Amino acid sequence: MTGNPALAIETHELVKVYGETRALDGLDLTVRTGTIHGVLGPNGAGKTTAMKILATLLRPTSGNAQVLGHDVVREASAVRRRIGLTGQTMALDEDMTGLQNLILAGRLQGLRHRPATARAERLLEAFELTEVGNRLVKTYSGGQKRRIDVAASMVVTHELLFLDEPTTGLDPRSRSEVWQMIRVLVQDGGTVLLTTQYLDEADQMADDLTLIDHGRVVARGTPAELKTSRADGVLEVLLTDPSRRAEAGTLLARAIGAGVDAESDPSRLLVKIPDADQAARALGELARAGISVEDFTLGQPSLDTVFLALTGHSTLDDTREEEAEVRA
Amino acid sequence: MTSSSTQARPAAEIPGRSVPSLQRPPAPGALFACRTFAWRTLIKLKYVQDHLGTAVVFPVILTLVFTYLLGGAIAGTPGEYLQFFLPGVIVLSLVASSMMSALTLNRDIATGMFDRVRSTPIWQPAVLVGTMGGDVLRYALTSVVPLALGLLLGFRPDGGFAGVVLALLYLQLFTFSVSWLWMFFAVLIPQPTAAAGVVNLLQFILLFGSNILAPSETMPGWLEAVVKLNPVTHAATTTRGLMHGDLSGGDLTAGLLACAALIVVFATPTALLYNRKQR
Repeated sequence: MTGNPALAIETHELVKVYGETRALDGLDLTVRTGTIHGVLGPNGAGKTTAMKILATLLRPTSGNAQVLGHDVVREASAVRRRIGLTGQTMALDEDMTGLQNLILAGRLQGLRHRPATARAERLLEAFELTEVGNRLVKTYSGGQKRRIDVAASMVVTHELLFLDEPTTGLDPRSRSEVWQMIRVLVQDGGTVLLTTQYLDEADQMADDLTLIDHGRVVARGTPAELKTSRADGVLEVLLTDPSRRAEAGTLLARAIGAGVDAESDPSRLLVKIPDADQAARALGELARAGISVEDFTLGQPSLDTVFLALTGHSTLDDTREEEAEVRA
Repeated sequence: MTSSSTQARPAAEIPGRSVPSLQRPPAPGALFACRTFAWRTLIKLKYVQDHLGTAVVFPVILTLVFTYLLGGAIAGTPGEYLQFFLPGVIVLSLVASSMMSALTLNRDIATGMFDRVRSTPIWQPAVLVGTMGGDVLRYALTSVVPLALGLLLGFRPDGGFAGVVLALLYLQLFTFSVSWLWMFFAVLIPQPTAAAGVVNLLQFILLFGSNILAPSETMPGWLEAVVKLNPVTHAATTTRGLMHGDLSGGDLTAGLLACAALIVVFATPTALLYNRKQR
């Protein structure tokens, strides 16, 4: 095989066409072994399509993909022997108990009934679900279902685990629980490919990020690299005397030639600045004009700012709508 | 790894932390994969009231209502009607029961279960073959309940024990055949509620548009012609004939042809549709 052992996933010019739509339009993705790799993008960016191709569930229209050194089309069964998948919709049979669902997941991986049962009981305990283990899954809360679903992907230790939007529709507490579980998954040297449309999730979880939009890669790097290299920081200034805000705004706009936003708080100003040196200059200008500053903060750009700068639209526009649907 | 900088909870509080790693065993064989899906089918029998309802309650109510409420009017006396109707009740219960696995498959496709199964190294046809294997036992239970009730109420099969056993064996074949019809719709229609709706409506038409409740000879000519196109009619005739020991060669042929037709017409498109989900 031509595969590089340091790379768990390597795709080249991956294309998937559905009728008129190009869901993937030449995707080049590389994932280092032993990392949590985040694929971030808005709805319809091609995240799920890419993951399904990598998990051997779909065939690419053209291009190729290597997963753990195996071609996903020609050596699909070798790939299946080494990966685990937790899809966007939960792989649970609601007419079975949580325990039975975990036993089923174990048997699908080749565990005999008795070891599968022992493992299922162990997982229920670890995920604090022992009490509800003998109840039908359809009686579970959303968070409990997601926990069983993630537990089902841990019945055996996978070299590579695909997690497709594992926290979509979860409340904040369940989200942070799932995050903790994902970190546990890479403890033994496994690799996790995580798709998400939540920027904070990508920021918190991923060692490396690939930002995709319209089926193509728009940026890649660590979350910190993407944030420092691609977008402006924000200087937030709190003035002692609110009446001088307009004056301060004009001064700053002239001095650093950047946009200035007036907040609803009459003494607050937000200034976009390209780097920290400019922030020092901006504060110096204010001091020279005799405008006293109560407080200031220099913020790193969020990944959303980065995404906006790179694609011209925010990921959040879509995410909010979807969240509203989930709650409805 | 750089993820260590994020806010960490104490180790003991993290769900999943205490789970040791477990190496994946060698890929399971085809037989083990089939047994896994057969096991799943059987435990669902215990937990899902729908299954129990179709297998036990529905045939009991049907037998009692038709025999005592309408049987006298249709056949002269309830006892005489029972001789005609009971084999039909068994067919009817089995057809209703045969929808269950198809609807499970349909839900698996709608949820992530189908994808998870396909991302594992198991022998993929086990989903269908294993499930149908588990169904054999479920169908056996489904046919025993109305039969026992019938015997209790005075059903006397002239074909004797051998006739009844032959009839039950034929019904396994027929139920397997008719389940391809449901599988076809389960794979064709993506939304579970829509699929359940179509399958239920079709079942209603197949059961009532047959000779299960009354002999087709008593119907108007045009309806008799329609009813004779229904495979359920031929299954009911064959079952009756075997149980009462008066089956003609022509009827047996028609009963077997009905099974063959269902498999030929529906199994291939189902398999094609199923495989196309991977394109």
